[in-house]
Amino acid sequence: MSHPLLTVEDVSKTYDGFKAITDLTFYLFPGELRTVIGPNGAGKSTFFDLITGRARPDKGKIEFGINPVNRDLTHLNEYEINRLGIGRKFQTPSVYVEHTVWDNLVLSLKGPRGVFASLFKRLSSTERDRIADLLKLVRLDGKRDWKAGLLAHGEKQWLEIGMLLAQEPQVLLVDEPAAGMSDEETHRTGELLISLAGKHSIIVIEHDMTFVKQIARDNPVTVLHQGHVLCEGKFEEVQANPKVREVYLGRGKHGTR
Amino acid sequence: MSPPSASLSFFRSRHLEFATVAVCLVLLTVIFPLLNARGLLSDYTITLWGEYLCYALLALSVDLLWGYTGLLSLGQALFFSLGGYMFGMYLMLQIGMLGSYAKAGQNPAGLPDFMVFLGHTFLPPFWRPFQSFGFAVAMVFLLPGFLALVFGFLAFRSRIKGVYFSILTQALTYGAALMFFRNDFTMGGNNGFTDFKFILGHSLVDKGVGSATMRGLFIASALVLLLVSLGCYWLNGTKFGLVRQAIRDGENRVLFSGYATAHYKLFVFVVAAMIAGVGGALFVPQAGIINPDQMTPAKSIEAVVWVAVGGRGTLIGPIIGAISINALRSWATQAYPDSWLIILGIIFLVVVLFLPGGIVSLPAKIMAWRSRRQPPAPPLEAAKPVPDRP
Repeated sequence: MSHPLLTVEDVSKTYDGFKAITDLTFYLFPGELRTVIGPNGAGKSTFFDLITGRARPDKGKIEFGINPVNRDLTHLNEYEINRLGIGRKFQTPSVYVEHTVWDNLVLSLKGPRGVFASLFKRLSSTERDRIADLLKLVRLDGKRDWKAGLLAHGEKQWLEIGMLLAQEPQVLLVDEPAAGMSDEETHRTGELLISLAGKHSIIVIEHDMTFVKQIARDNPVTVLHQGHVLCEGKFEEVQANPKVREVYLGRGKHGTR
Repeated sequence: MSPPSASLSFFRSRHLEFATVAVCLVLLTVIFPLLNARGLLSDYTITLWGEYLCYALLALSVDLLWGYTGLLSLGQALFFSLGGYMFGMYLMLQIGMLGSYAKAGQNPAGLPDFMVFLGHTFLPPFWRPFQSFGFAVAMVFLLPGFLALVFGFLAFRSRIKGVYFSILTQALTYGAALMFFRNDFTMGGNNGFTDFKFILGHSLVDKGVGSATMRGLFIASALVLLLVSLGCYWLNGTKFGLVRQAIRDGENRVLFSGYATAHYKLFVFVVAAMIAGVGGALFVPQAGIINPDQMTPAKSIEAVVWVAVGGRGTLIGPIIGAISINALRSWATQAYPDSWLIILGIIFLVVVLFLPGGIVSLPAKIMAWRSRRQPPAPPLEAAKPVPDRP
């Protein structure tokens, strides 16, 4: 197998004595679509926090890139990590509610992020086309002038996915994209993520097992439990694993929210 | 599908809003001095309105931070006062031999009176360059800007936000006020600077000549306000303006989208400090006095009230708020001298409770109320519920 794009080795993180992440080792390979599942408190969101610079690990290695130009992420902050090409979608949709859908995408579009660059920024026609394409992709082209705060919950989720794509990141970290969506929207979200794999490398955190089954297909699923990897494998293998059933899947059809 | 209207402002577009501000200011610039020159408007009134316009600059600087960037600074009056002090130093040195001590023959060096009173025999070195008008004007920008740069750098780098930021700015202005109250700081102590005589060789006191100078200062204030409004209007249309408002509504998303939000906040903080500084510099020759009372936290909070009453996050709101509240104050402190603070408190409460968008949101509210009372009316855009700003 090729060299991992994202390397997480022996990482631990403790919050006030609570071990959120313990000796976690995880690799993400280019073009992969990885699903991470686990019960509440398993450390899934902390895992994303550590990769994106919101939290610093107590120990361990977090690196990004292809050898020999691996970048150590543990000393960079959020915006530096984002600029390297790691984009994150939050669990609760976080869009700019007072901005129009269009402006939300303008703000997310790949490009210089400096103060003075933004003072004199003019959108090129290529960039306009790019935004228009993204709007079509997330099915919001009819609402480009709406304030994002007025969108329905599922539409906000889609807008945030569009914003993520506008950044053209190498790695997409997607935290519960289907939360609050209807079955049909969930299915469409799954198809979108599947279509993005290959071009991007994606980690999806999800609770909804139908959705996990849809997007995992033959891709590996990682089960987190109490801050470390319980097991890793194809969806069916994971589902059949008695340990996993015990900590997670046995709790109900859709798991817990 | 047409977008539901969610604008808090009376104006449908920000272009119209700016055009209104510009037209009003140009009219003020022309009409008031003309009326004054013909004796139809008293010197007192035109000076008072000049001061209101300076307060409007202070209000715009508060709005730039609070309304647009979500940074509630309770220390903007500090930058206003610093600008005022910098320009006041120049004005003090223009008094020369016309001061009280010099007239009595006790001030051969022509020092500002308070220095003679404190026993100084020569001008402290840091005062000397303020003989130059150009240097004083440069300092009006540089000192508030520099202080904001240092303070903002430390605060934003440590990610101090929300109420903690407000408290720190308040502490900063309080600390500065204590320093300026000290006589050995050689900035006039608790009396501050007053008794100005000349600005650029033009008299500030003589009847006739003095009122021409005051007209000039009024015009300058209105034009600076116009310029700053133009700057704010331009900024709102840039991508920078989008980022700034995004920081207000969801700083995390901005940070995780690759923007160094601290740099943006620092830039806004420095620009706002300079705007406040210019306001202060124009204020001092018109008010005829600057003292550390202007730096107390209460003054900064008052400026926040103007913005809240006028309507934050808009261009015209802070200007309306600053002028209307101060005009009301001028009237109330004469009619009901003991009740002014109570009146101000009530106004603030009423706005916060019933009109969170401020005066500028009033027309939209009335329209919404009207169309609710007349159900058969065709659905107007304004009839949609107006979501409150967070």
